[in-house]
Amino acid sequence: MATDYATLKKGGFMRQKQKDHFSLRLSVVGGQVSTEQLVAITEVANQYGHGYIHLTSRQGIEIPFIQLKDIDAVKEALAKGGAKPGVCGPRVRTVTACQGAAVCPNGCIETEELAKELSERYFGRELPHKFKFGITGCRNNCLKAEENDLGIKGGIRVSWIEDACINCGLCEKVCREGAIQIENGKVVLSQEKCNYCGRCAFSCPTDAYEKTPGYLVSFGGLFGNQINQGETIVPFIEDQETLFRICDAALTFFDENAKPSERFKFTIDRVGKDKLDAVVWKAYEGA
Amino acid sequence: MMADLGFEVNERVDITDVVCPVTFVKTKVALEELEEGEILQVHLNEGEPVMNVPRSVKDEGHQILKLIENGDGTYDLYVRKVGD
Ligand code: HEM
Ligand code: SF4
Ligand code: SF4
Ligand code: SF4
Repeated sequence: MATDYATLKKGGFMRQKQKDHFSLRLSVVGGQVSTEQLVAITEVANQYGHGYIHLTSRQGIEIPFIQLKDIDAVKEALAKGGAKPGVCGPRVRTVTACQGAAVCPNGCIETEELAKELSERYFGRELPHKFKFGITGCRNNCLKAEENDLGIKGGIRVSWIEDACINCGLCEKVCREGAIQIENGKVVLSQEKCNYCGRCAFSCPTDAYEKTPGYLVSFGGLFGNQINQGETIVPFIEDQETLFRICDAALTFFDENAKPSERFKFTIDRVGKDKLDAVVWKAYEGA
Repeated sequence: MMADLGFEVNERVDITDVVCPVTFVKTKVALEELEEGEILQVHLNEGEPVMNVPRSVKDEGHQILKLIENGDGTYDLYVRKVGD
């Protein structure tokens, strides 16, 4: 039997040192795994692997020591529990996410749904090299957005509602950026200093802040052989449509300009950051 | 001083002697001792406690009435208990 390693790898089968054994990478979206999936994964690890799993650095699950001959049976057993192999190689990888606003008190945006939507749009898409998306719900950056090729960070744009304010002074105290000053009972907010953390609005006892959730996007992050912190290009994005337009534009830019096996960051450096800036600004402005 | 506040304080708790997350735990326990509508004064430090405790109290559904800066690195937070 001729083994098609490229197909196997695309299907998440990572060749092990041990002959004919694979560490099977599973598809996980936004770090969420159902108990039903866990049961199927456990059964496969017991029956076909070595009775354990490995948690990867990007919220993935791998089942080591799967044998070549068992691949079809393993896929079938996983499918029963709603689990399936993930991807490796030159394509869009696992979309990672923290729990976000649905669960975390600091969360500024919903992350689970966004991870699913991004995954549906892009997961597995063939590109010149791997491409990673990561979503973090707020400035605390538990999910380390800037280490991804495209990182999304949630934020909240705040605007003071004078009538609802009881002038308690709390927002001024909780702001870590010194962006709020209370002068004669009036909240004065410096947009330059504000980093969209949302702490003032979350703390305000009378909800005297209007909250507009949105996204800050970073481009070109790397955290492997080379390390680079992704950089933002456009300001705070307030709607998902614009966010997706920007993601589309970045992926198209990468697809059209990258050499084979060149990560996004190096394509940006070689082609010119101004070229990417132009494409992203155009998408931001609605083109 | 009570008169200035415009409401009567039923209980006091000092959380300047503990650090996060015990600050919130101590506040929560004090609130549990109160009846609905009663008012708790929380004496707390600047920094992490004032940044986090009022927020946690609000998330638990209680009503924050006032925060007073004492000028010595401490604050007094006044909370009305909501619910049981
Ligand atoms: C009132 C008590 C607490 C305070 C004042 C507090 C404060 C904080 C602050 C300021 C951060 C953000 C750190 C940053 O700026 O990067 C943080 C992050 C975090 N806190 Fe707390 N916290 C409290 C209670 C807890 C408790 C009880 C838990 C868990 C049971 C917890 C788990 C975490 C985790 C997981 C993070 C994210 C860490 C990261 O950056 O990777 N915290 N906390
Ligand atoms: S990044 Fe923010 S929203 Fe996400 S888990 Fe951390 S604190 Fe919560
Ligand atoms: S959102 Fe954050 S940085 Fe901006 S004013 Fe409020 S507390 Fe300060
Ligand atoms: S926290 Fe809210 S009520 Fe207190 S001063 Fe700020 S805006 Fe006013």
